[in-house]
Amino acid sequence: MNEATSPARLIVGRETRPHLPAYLKLRHDAGRGRWILLAPERVLTPDETAVAVLKLCDGKRTVEEIVEVLAKEYSAPADVIRADVLDLLQGLADKGYIKA
Amino acid sequence: MSEELEPKTIGHCQTAVVDDEPTEGVSGDAQAALCARAPVGLLAELTHRCPLQCSYCSNPIELERVNKELSTEMWCSVMKQAGEMGILQVHLSGGEPTARKDLEDIVSAASEAGLYSNLITAAVTLNRARLEDLVKRGLDHVQISFQDVDAENAERIGAYPGATAKKLDVARWVIELGLPLTINAPIHRQNIHNVPRYIELAVKLGAQRLEVAHVQYYGWAYLNRAALIPTYEDTVKSIEFVERERERLKGVLTIDMVVPDYYAKRPKPCMGGWGKGFMNITPAGKVLPCHAAETIKTLHFDNVQDRPLLDIWLTSDAFNAFRGTAWMKEPCRSCAFREIDFGGCRCQAMTITGDARNTDPACALSPYHGEMVRLAREEAAKPPTPFIYRNPRNAAEAAKAERPLVPAE
Repeated sequence: MNEATSPARLIVGRETRPHLPAYLKLRHDAGRGRWILLAPERVLTPDETAVAVLKLCDGKRTVEEIVEVLAKEYSAPADVIRADVLDLLQGLADKGYIKA
Repeated sequence: MSEELEPKTIGHCQTAVVDDEPTEGVSGDAQAALCARAPVGLLAELTHRCPLQCSYCSNPIELERVNKELSTEMWCSVMKQAGEMGILQVHLSGGEPTARKDLEDIVSAASEAGLYSNLITAAVTLNRARLEDLVKRGLDHVQISFQDVDAENAERIGAYPGATAKKLDVARWVIELGLPLTINAPIHRQNIHNVPRYIELAVKLGAQRLEVAHVQYYGWAYLNRAALIPTYEDTVKSIEFVERERERLKGVLTIDMVVPDYYAKRPKPCMGGWGKGFMNITPAGKVLPCHAAETIKTLHFDNVQDRPLLDIWLTSDAFNAFRGTAWMKEPCRSCAFREIDFGGCRCQAMTITGDARNTDPACALSPYHGEMVRLAREEAAKPPTPFIYRNPRNAAEAAKAERPLVPAE
């Protein structure tokens, strides 16, 4: 394959401004009492933490800013939250569910 | 050869596959909660009409006539009911779904019902204006099949001249319109050498997802098995290649793979379990637990014209026939994997052994397994037989076959 025309893998870092691509739908599944992320031929069921992160992924905030918001909201150490957020977003980016 | 299994957890997310292919379904912990009341996926076969005549089609041999197809109102009602009962995704398929002039209305109804809609199309008769309209009405995702990456061979396989150029146009429009694109690659002995080029094509087009879908031998594909089944060696080679590429293309292209179970040791967890996460509606409105279920002649299928969809899901005989594990015979009944693969595919057990309650012969524990593998290897070693193309004339000719194997001594 021609590497020049090949889009690269997104590596999520502190300065990344992540967003959900328009074709993904984050919805509340009232019938089953949980949040779902609808993707092509996939249904993801993010837990409370993941939903909190995903709602902050607006393409404007950096990962660091997202971490700050969450650290305040959950009164938790930023280090712990940062590691968790990076891990979550990288996993989603590797599946094509997070862009920047 | 092991079944491809998606990692079930990404950080704080559970993933469930809602594929239209027969080999995967909802699995993992997500299953219980997601499927308490309704399936997550609905395959709506809007019509059996199709401009292509692919011999690997998994539609039943007996194709449904146009005058038996459900009305626009009925399909729209199905979408509404599906949304209300908690179905999350709908696959609009066929035949060729764009052959229905009212596809626009059905997509609108799906969107209004909150369903995530997938259009599964051959794309040869779709123009840009129509696609734009479908997108405006809320279409979420498009899947386009490519019969091969070599245009000439593709057009021989699909029996449709000029198909490739048209498919490439539609693929580009999908991307331009901001929709995710899946390239569907139906793999068999006559295109298996091109798996690497399918991956190149998908990346070049900017597809989000590629389905390397080794043909599953149902319907027309079963009839054409000797024309389609690859050798064991080629199969393994292509699977290993895909696994390497998947790692390399992480974050660029999602590659889903459906492996041919004839060469497997363990059966596929078909539909993720019968009546567990998936339902299928035929062009005439029959509601099936999987799209090949009509090959089990002892089952009776309810029709959406007669009963509400939720009722059918919860109580119909066909859905309850193989739900759970109580129906199982040995070796499934006492097997440690019975809640993992559910004894494999009921339709394949029916077709090959003559009893839908038998273990899927793809399982090494089935007494029919050795015979099935021997047949597959023998067929693959000989030159391919000519295609029996999927068309109404051949359908009339071919409604015979179905000769069960004898078990091993």
